[in-house]
Amino acid sequence: MTNQGVDLLTINSGEAEQPFCYTVGLEGSKFLTEIRDNKRFVGIKCPKCGKVYVPPRKVCGPCFTEMTEWVPVKDEGYLHSYTILRFAFLDPETGKEKPVPYGYAFIRLDGADTDFQHYVEIKDEKKVKIGARVRAVFEEKRAGKITDVKHFVVID
Amino acid sequence: MAKEKTAIVATGQTHHRSSRLDVNGIELIHEAVTRCLEDGELTIDDIDAVVIGNMDHFEGINYVDTWSIDGSGAFMKPIIKVTTGGTTGSTVGHCGYHLVASGMFDKVLAIGWEKNSESDTTAAITTAFDPIWDRLVFAGAISGLAVEAMAYMVKYGATEKDAARVAVRDRKHATNNPYAQLRKEVSIEDVMNSPMLSDPIKLLDVCPRTDGACAVVFASEQYAEKICDRPAWIHGISAKHPYNYLGDYDWEDRLPSMQMASKELYAKAGIKEPLKEIDVMELYLPYSCAGLSWIEALGLCGPGQAPKLLWDGVTDMGGELPINPSGGVIATNCIGATALLRISEAAVQVMGRGGKRQVPDVNTALASGFGGCFWSDVTLLKSTKPK
Amino acid sequence: MNGVEDITIIGVGQTAIEREKPADTFADMAYEAVTKALDDAGMSIDDIDNIVTTSNDFWDGRTISSMAVNDAVGAGLGKNITTVEGDGTFSAFYGMCRILSGSYKNSLIVTHVKGSISDNIHITNGIFDPIYMRPIGLDSLNTAALQMRRYMAKYGISEEQCAKVSVKNHANALKNPYAQIKKTFTLEDVMDSRLIADPLKLLDCSPISDGAAAVIISGEESAKKHKNAVKVRGVGYCADAYFLGDRDLADANALDMAASRAYESAEIVDPLSEIDVAEVYDAFSYMELMWYEGLGFCAPGGGGKLIDRGVTEMDGKLPVNPSGGLLSGHPVITGGLIRLIEACLQVRGDAGDHQVKGVKTALAHGVNGACGQSHCVWIVGR
Ligand SMILES: [Zn+2]
Repeated sequence: MTNQGVDLLTINSGEAEQPFCYTVGLEGSKFLTEIRDNKRFVGIKCPKCGKVYVPPRKVCGPCFTEMTEWVPVKDEGYLHSYTILRFAFLDPETGKEKPVPYGYAFIRLDGADTDFQHYVEIKDEKKVKIGARVRAVFEEKRAGKITDVKHFVVID
Repeated sequence: MAKEKTAIVATGQTHHRSSRLDVNGIELIHEAVTRCLEDGELTIDDIDAVVIGNMDHFEGINYVDTWSIDGSGAFMKPIIKVTTGGTTGSTVGHCGYHLVASGMFDKVLAIGWEKNSESDTTAAITTAFDPIWDRLVFAGAISGLAVEAMAYMVKYGATEKDAARVAVRDRKHATNNPYAQLRKEVSIEDVMNSPMLSDPIKLLDVCPRTDGACAVVFASEQYAEKICDRPAWIHGISAKHPYNYLGDYDWEDRLPSMQMASKELYAKAGIKEPLKEIDVMELYLPYSCAGLSWIEALGLCGPGQAPKLLWDGVTDMGGELPINPSGGVIATNCIGATALLRISEAAVQVMGRGGKRQVPDVNTALASGFGGCFWSDVTLLKSTKPK
Repeated sequence: MNGVEDITIIGVGQTAIEREKPADTFADMAYEAVTKALDDAGMSIDDIDNIVTTSNDFWDGRTISSMAVNDAVGAGLGKNITTVEGDGTFSAFYGMCRILSGSYKNSLIVTHVKGSISDNIHITNGIFDPIYMRPIGLDSLNTAALQMRRYMAKYGISEEQCAKVSVKNHANALKNPYAQIKKTFTLEDVMDSRLIADPLKLLDCSPISDGAAAVIISGEESAKKHKNAVKVRGVGYCADAYFLGDRDLADANALDMAASRAYESAEIVDPLSEIDVAEVYDAFSYMELMWYEGLGFCAPGGGGKLIDRGVTEMDGKLPVNPSGGLLSGHPVITGGLIRLIEACLQVRGDAGDHQVKGVKTALAHGVNGACGQSHCVWIVGR
């Protein structure tokens, strides 16, 4: 592009990258190792309001109270809400275009009071509905990451 | 009440475009600042302090306060950066208000800006979310908003067509605004037939990405009426950012943060019937469906009743409560500037400087900001001085 | 007076500063600091009516970095909240203004950073303009070296004089339970330490750190009688030009201006005599000497002589950084707020083993940007 006879330049940041080593923390680490080692979900319960948080963390925000009580949560639940992503965009975690379409789901696991975010399989789009029952599918090889869960599938 | 009564006395904005290759970020900021100072017949020497905001990962500039000095005019002046994601612009505006109302400064320049053309907007927004829990599946603002729209539509029976009515309104209003980026009308059919991005949101339901900046001068009572014959006095602000995990959000509950913020604001300002008592609203509606559920959160009507309000034309120019005479966010979204543009446009309406987009006889205007993890900010401006 | 006489700081809290806190998320650190500040003030979160968080998207590897801590600082209770990106001294200023504006009674200011999770060189390279400065590899270390050399050349400051700051501050840190580096270093140790960017040596530089801090600022009349009440007497902040070539890096003009504003409000005319202790932003040893000058403790170029004469030692006329300063632990963003906390503890007489005797007036200092481009100065007292 030119303007007043001047070539308008841009400079690409190219291969520039900012590596980070994010802290998972105590509660998050316990949650992910339960999935890695035992294919089990656990939540953490607020002593004040009784809400069970998945993923777990130290503080219940609405009560400003520390949580320490671990409770089991099932690997099944229902779709609280979802969308199907259809547009192409860059995945900042990989720097590459993210494969679409995919199902982005907020899953209320049985025993939890907050939603767990993950992929929901969309092979049969008609079955993907708010309220649909879903179950986690675990990867064979697990590394202590959220991707140890491959995705959720509708079981209705 | 405030130690110093505070008003907006001057505003300025760039002509917003999808890409401004003729200016870098600092020059873009300078353009808005210059226009703002001209609007108030001020020079940079009149400014006591500056507050600026944007979202770092759109341009990749660390410490924007110190980087922006040549554009903001803050050389050898106090400058502070505030930022809260989408709400950044209202966070900037609220900071400008507090700095003047505190009595520490008489004239404060507040700046919001973004050069969204410099990065992949969705990728940058995705980095706002938790790297451990959110980023795997989250796909920028559109994905979160789509999930919200899905829940609202299923619970209240609103349709994609109802949502499209919001986009049609804002795009029509934008034709009156010389600064807006998208200044072409669209029809319900256009919206309905546009490509599906993320169910149930389609291309014409969502905001564009924009290069643009906005600047506003806040002044104390001592200076306000000297600078502006009809200042826009700040009568109340509220900022509610109650979530930090998307999974904790109440999807069906129609933006609880906006319910909290507007309730607090109305109580402060003594407003009982917002639909009747407020003359115009400039709302941060980044996508069409927000124009339904979020105006319910603002108390303009009951749960699930927004579609009727829209189809009845209540929120159109000439209606009982025009929303987004500027064309709003669906026509222009330079993110760090967007919520400040809402405050600025609300001030323009109170000042009576709206030109073709002016709503007649505006005494009371409300501006909102939206961002982060379904957070809301609100600001109330009036032509009369606060008591 | 501009109203600051109604403002008191009544609660402070900080985590231990550590090289790495692998068990703690941002939220965990923030919660610890907030809980400590509330305990210190004898308050509960219900007494707080607004919150100012402070974080930096680059350091945290996350845009909207503040989002990570909202639950842990009380935003989940529906309190009004905002976020400053920059040093904590600036956010504390904004927190104070939110009270002076008549909007709130008690502001909670929180800062956090984890220097351990990222690469300092990448992050600070991002401070520089992407078109002209970033490609040539500028970062916080090599630009500090440029500034140190320019400062030494202009005013005849020696490397040994700079090194003395490191010796002094590391010695002070031995008595600070929160400090990260607690080790005695001699002048030779500093002079012989590894060259980082000529003339900057390893022990001239502050370390990489994790840490969070919180303060509670009150405008309530009753707070003036609080057992911890520390009065705010003046605050000023100011920014210099951005492009390094637009400034003479040897001079701290913006600090001079920021300090003047704070002194004017606090009615201080002779800072060296009237201030009893100062906590300044010693990201690098030479900076402390430059800041003496910018703060008016001596004339421009006089920083070297001041340290030679022992004026800023623990037993000197104006002890500087009795906590050990940033050279003993440098959580960015949090750094300046810890300076303010330390100043408050000194005024209260609660600084423990690193307490300076008879402190009535204390100074705290924070910095934003490269080579001390933007400064904030606080004067607090009884
Ligand atoms: Zn709870």
